[in-house]
Amino acid sequence: MRNNNYKFVQKEVIAQQPPPLSQAGVTGWLWKNLFSSMSNFSSISAALQSIIMIILTFVLLYFCGGQLYSLIDFALISAVWSDPEVLKRGSCTTVDQGGSLPSGWSGACWPFIFAKKKLLIYGRYPAEELWRVNLVYLTLFLGIGYTLFEGAKGRQWTGLAMLTIFPLFALILLTGANFNISWSTNLLLLGLSILFIFFGELTRRNFLGNIISELTSLFYICGVTLFLIFIAALLLSIDYGLSYVETSDWGGLLVTLVVAITGIVASLPLGIILALGRRSNMPIARTISTIFIEFWRGIPLITVLFASSVLLPLFLPDGVDFNKLLRALIGVMLFSAAYMAEVVRGGLQAMPRGQFEGASAVGLSYFQSMRLIILPQALTHVIPGIVNTFIGLFKDTTLVLIIGLFDLLGQAQSTIADAYWSSPAQAPTAYLTVGIMFFVFCFGMSRYSMFMERKLSRGHK
Amino acid sequence: MTKEEEKEIDQSKMTISEEVVIKVEQMNKWFGHFHVLRDINLTVNKGERIVICGPSGSGKSTLIRCINRLEEHQKGLIEVNGVELNDDVKKIDKIRSEVGMVFQSFNLFPHLSALENCSLAPIWVRKMPKKEADDLAMKYLEIVKIPEQALKYPGQLSGGQQQRVAIARALCMEPKIMLFDEPTSALDPEMIKEVLDTMIDLAQGGMTMLVVTHEMGFARKVANRVIFMDEGQIVEQNNPNDFFNNPQSDRTKLFLSQILDH
Ligand SMILES: Nc1ncnc2c1ncn2[C@@H]1O[C@H](COP(=O)(O)OP(=O)(O)OP(=O)(O)O)[C@@H](O)[C@H]1O
Ligand SMILES: [Mg+2]
Repeated sequence: MRNNNYKFVQKEVIAQQPPPLSQAGVTGWLWKNLFSSMSNFSSISAALQSIIMIILTFVLLYFCGGQLYSLIDFALISAVWSDPEVLKRGSCTTVDQGGSLPSGWSGACWPFIFAKKKLLIYGRYPAEELWRVNLVYLTLFLGIGYTLFEGAKGRQWTGLAMLTIFPLFALILLTGANFNISWSTNLLLLGLSILFIFFGELTRRNFLGNIISELTSLFYICGVTLFLIFIAALLLSIDYGLSYVETSDWGGLLVTLVVAITGIVASLPLGIILALGRRSNMPIARTISTIFIEFWRGIPLITVLFASSVLLPLFLPDGVDFNKLLRALIGVMLFSAAYMAEVVRGGLQAMPRGQFEGASAVGLSYFQSMRLIILPQALTHVIPGIVNTFIGLFKDTTLVLIIGLFDLLGQAQSTIADAYWSSPAQAPTAYLTVGIMFFVFCFGMSRYSMFMERKLSRGHK
Repeated sequence: MTKEEEKEIDQSKMTISEEVVIKVEQMNKWFGHFHVLRDINLTVNKGERIVICGPSGSGKSTLIRCINRLEEHQKGLIEVNGVELNDDVKKIDKIRSEVGMVFQSFNLFPHLSALENCSLAPIWVRKMPKKEADDLAMKYLEIVKIPEQALKYPGQLSGGQQQRVAIARALCMEPKIMLFDEPTSALDPEMIKEVLDTMIDLAQGGMTMLVVTHEMGFARKVANRVIFMDEGQIVEQNNPNDFFNNPQSDRTKLFLSQILDH
């Protein structure tokens, strides 16, 4: 018999020991990565190789270092930081150009950005209502920060609130709500949702035959979603005493974040549904998903945006006014969902058949095994692809410029046209600023995804 | 006790009742044009321990996978616990929760700890509170003798330990029938014994078991019936004694001579 005395079982994994000193720290790193490949003079060929490596290293250092230095010089050292006398363009131009700086000067003109910061961050949002945007920004960053912070208490609930309540909250604050939603629309939504839930209940009790009973969850999901939309519609039609702000007055970072976050948040669930649909055994679901995905992947985002702003209104009945931003949002959402679907499908494809069988063998239903077994693993495997799509989407938001929405880049471009600040440094400074802001967001996403990957793969690699 | 020592078997604990739990009648299955299973007839009573053997590709796996409908059969009838297997998804999920299955390649969920692997189905299928499900999982991990590994992930366990977690996972649904598809063929010899011992314990607990295996020692000791399959048919079935000492068909003799030689 085996004995049950596990006194000697090691409970913890022994912690890793630090490497020997010659391998550790800056010296170790430098040695291993830089010098070890170019300090071998033991034979003629090795010596030749080392010499070539040394020359190449210096050439590269010279060029990269030069570039890096000119960038730092432009952005920090030679840059103009303040404009105490409110000279505007005069503060950033040389004597030859009519300013006060020595001729030959070149550097960033930061006072210009400081003067335009409201435009870059809020667009033409009315100045006295800026607190609304600030409140949204604050909740957004606090909420995301808290949700992503490992070990925070109740972070999954915060995350859920960020996905459900926050968008509504942001919408109400940013627009001012008080929408004119007719009672018939509300009743229609409520009626439909009750109908779906009723169907769900019927199929759950097997009143409609066996085959339809697979659709139970679908009915419930549709019903609950419609009900939530109904609640949202009710909340949006209340007058909160906030003045209405047209979306055409939104701009800069605000538009970038609204478009990007909507696209990101919507694309993952939609993408998962589409990916599951494309792999499902039900011919209808498969065909619809495939057509949808291939359609949206087949056209460029610019075309989608153009179509949404130029083509779509032609098909809408007269008098139906469909907000330009909303149309762009829907276009971006569907477009990114199609891409996401293929990324997720890649992950599903890589799952071994045994996982599906193991899940069914213990009695999990299709939806349960997808949610609990397959998707957690498949999504973990494709985190790099998912984040890639997110980052791509974030940067693609700049395309909304062509349908007349002013995102960060568009807004920056519009500020360049300001003649009061016209100087050779104006455009480079504006683009540098936009570049830095985009980099911060994209790099942040990238780092967080790396952290997630490490965390999730800890258990089972 | 030494490792080589054989596990005691108390035949009196392994009683077979009259109740029929699996009924397969004139069952046929095709993979495309390939006729994998031909006219299978099989009745299993509660408490039986059946070992299925046969050459590779003879359809053993396919047969037991049909019993919990991991594969669909095209003709004939399969009844498990009195419920006929057909397209009704809900019935199938119910049958699957009453029939445990252990795979050759374990098929544990790598993103969940051993304990979570076991408590998952009780929580989601049997709607058990988490605390209760954890206790249940722990109980079965103790039965398969690896409670100390409960918090490890499958990737951190040896093959034998993984297979025992897989057995515990199946047991957690408190199934009436257990299906084993070559549970020891992916294991090193020294791990085979620990898994077989677990299965012997299970048999002594009165579990109905269908085991595809090439472990003839196990068949001799534990089985009450050995089934030989070839080319998708049940060629011969008998009690282990007669099956091994007095095989009827030539194909069985050939097969036995091949596997018992070495
Ligand atoms: N999904 C499938 N599609 C097509 N043919 C299959 C499929 N699964 C199994 N087969 C074929 O069916 C036959 C029986 O397979 P099965 O896995 O049941 O054999 P087995 O008796 O379990 O063999 P082994 O001892 O090697 O596991 C084999 O010839 C195999 O190639
Ligand atoms: Mg097999």
